[in-house]
Amino acid sequence: MAYLELNNIYKNYGQGDSETEVLSNINLSIEEGEFVAIVGFTGSGKTTLVNLINGLIEPTKGEVLFKGKPVSGTSHERGVIFQNYSLLPWLTVEQNVLMAVKEAFPKREKAVWKRKAHYYIEMVGLTPAINKLPKELSGGMRQRVAVARALSMKPDMIIMDEPLGALDALTRGTLQDQILNIWEKDKRTALLITNDVDEGIYMADRIIPLRPGPNATLGPEFKIDIDRPRDKTELNDNENFKQTRNAIIEYLMDIGEERKAKATEEILLPELTPIDFVK
Amino acid sequence: MKQSITLGRVTKFMGLGIFSTLKDLFTGKLEKEDFKNFIRKTIVPLASILLFIGIWHIGAKALYNKEADFKIQKALSDQGQAAADAMEACIASGDVSCKPNTLPSPAQVWDSYKSLLRDHNIIAADKAAFKEKTAVLNEKRIADGLDPITYTGRPSFVDQIFRSLKTVFAGFLLALLIAVPLGIFIGLSPTLKSSFNWFIQIFKPVSPVVWYLLVFMIVKTLLIDSNEDSSFTISFISVGLCSMWATLVNTAMGVSSVDKDYINVAKVLKLGPFQKIFKVVLPSSLPLIFTGLKITLSVAWMVLIAIELLAQSPGLGLFVWEEFQNGANDSNAKIIVAMFVIGIIGFLLDRLMLTIQNWVSFDKTEAI
Ligand SMILES: Nc1ncnc2c1ncn2[C@@H]1O[C@H](COP(=O)(O)OP(=O)(O)OP(=O)(O)O)[C@@H](O)[C@H]1O
Ligand SMILES: [Mg+2]
Repeated sequence: MAYLELNNIYKNYGQGDSETEVLSNINLSIEEGEFVAIVGFTGSGKTTLVNLINGLIEPTKGEVLFKGKPVSGTSHERGVIFQNYSLLPWLTVEQNVLMAVKEAFPKREKAVWKRKAHYYIEMVGLTPAINKLPKELSGGMRQRVAVARALSMKPDMIIMDEPLGALDALTRGTLQDQILNIWEKDKRTALLITNDVDEGIYMADRIIPLRPGPNATLGPEFKIDIDRPRDKTELNDNENFKQTRNAIIEYLMDIGEERKAKATEEILLPELTPIDFVK
Repeated sequence: MKQSITLGRVTKFMGLGIFSTLKDLFTGKLEKEDFKNFIRKTIVPLASILLFIGIWHIGAKALYNKEADFKIQKALSDQGQAAADAMEACIASGDVSCKPNTLPSPAQVWDSYKSLLRDHNIIAADKAAFKEKTAVLNEKRIADGLDPITYTGRPSFVDQIFRSLKTVFAGFLLALLIAVPLGIFIGLSPTLKSSFNWFIQIFKPVSPVVWYLLVFMIVKTLLIDSNEDSSFTISFISVGLCSMWATLVNTAMGVSSVDKDYINVAKVLKLGPFQKIFKVVLPSSLPLIFTGLKITLSVAWMVLIAIELLAQSPGLGLFVWEEFQNGANDSNAKIIVAMFVIGIIGFLLDRLMLTIQNWVSFDKTEAI
């Protein structure tokens, strides 16, 4: 039995005439300890998929099973890094992380909470900004706070919605490694939503494209058979990496073309003849 | 040096930047580039104040002349030339019996202000003397289990101000204690919201006078067997009930419109209901709650005067009413003094709330 299972998921938004089916017939199963990445175009329903898994919303049809049990509501077992960071603006970096630690480990002492919080803040390199409010941080720093907050709860499965989008390449690399470290060390299960194919290949065991919405559905999966730990610089020369990368990008370009073709079909251009000024 | 910095900061914070600019002018710190700023911030407001006083002076003079002319004409047509001459002489002498009763001039108001202060000093001295005189006696009375003798003389103008402030703060506190918790409940539950909506819509526009009468009916009966003066109780409850609506509506709105992202965080962290309210919902609605409280305080101060007047509860409202009734020589000027005091205190209260609001709330637009 899979660790996380999505069976024939459909999700509609809106009611009546304005009802749209954002996700259709999503089937996904993730094994324990696996690292799966989902890549997709903007607006295709990635965040919707994430919220279905973490329990913030319910599917219109189908079922989400976590450890064999249907998901109902959120749980500390599934940690989330939100796409828009969702830090509480009236709390400092430390307080934002502490709040999560306290909820995840309610029976510990205050000193333990603090130590845990500081450990994760240090890990994302934000110790100098520990007493700052979110509005005093850059976008990338905010994202790192969100990463620290999610990891500090020690979830069994970690769900990341484009967690590193606003970071520069260097910080991005370090954080990718840190997330991988934690995933490997504690044998977590991870689901990563990303728009960066290279990031997906570097981090995940499998990459699954989400086809553009509405009626978005999952495409064929691409297995990444590259040994861990993976080395970023060597990766570029790895034949396997090159092949997989090309295959995924080709697939994405194809569905991108399809989408474009669909879009142009719907737009009827008015029949106008341009006036010729140069006679 | 340090003190001057804090002073500058406080005045700026309170929106009284004009003081720091003036201070800079006198301490010679003003730079050339600041000149334009100086004109805009200091000269223009000062000029507008002078203009205001000038117009007031001219207007008061015109009204005075009109009233005087009318009196003289009336004496002439009723009693003949001699009476008219006598009236003219009488008015010129400034005698109380024939003084035109109209809008007082700025100078008269200033004089009244000074005389009110003098009066206050006399009463304060009187009070102190009284206290000294009765100190020994009172100690004995307390030892014997008797009530101490208290000063029962006339309150001074400054005493009235403090009583009004006391009433307004009691009313404000009452409004806060009722409206904030109620607003939170209403904001959290759509059912409560729809069931309370009619209630809010109907009672919000009710005038202070009606509130006063309503409270009067209820409190009078409740306190029927106590012989204490209930006017203070009645007036502060009326003030509270009158002014709480802005806070109630704003709190409910703030609580029901918390950013969805924050609610999602609360859900993902699995905060309990109390934690959710105190750590997420309340902090995020604080700015709106404070906006409500600010309106509440200014409404409270505004209706206070009318309510004190009705309730015969000591304070500025009663002061104005009594001055109006007794019609002494400088009554009108005293009323204008009270008007300015009321206005200035209202302004300061508003600034105070703004300052507190800036302290407690984060900037929602900047934060994510
Ligand atoms: N609460 C909602 N109500 C109605 N429509 C919604 C809601 N949330 C999302 N949608 C719609 O569903 C579609 C998918 O949204 P979603 O946020 O899941 O996309 P996404 O893939 O995460 O995009 P991005 O890469 O920009 O984050 C969009 O067309 C969006 O307008
Ligand atoms: Mg998204």
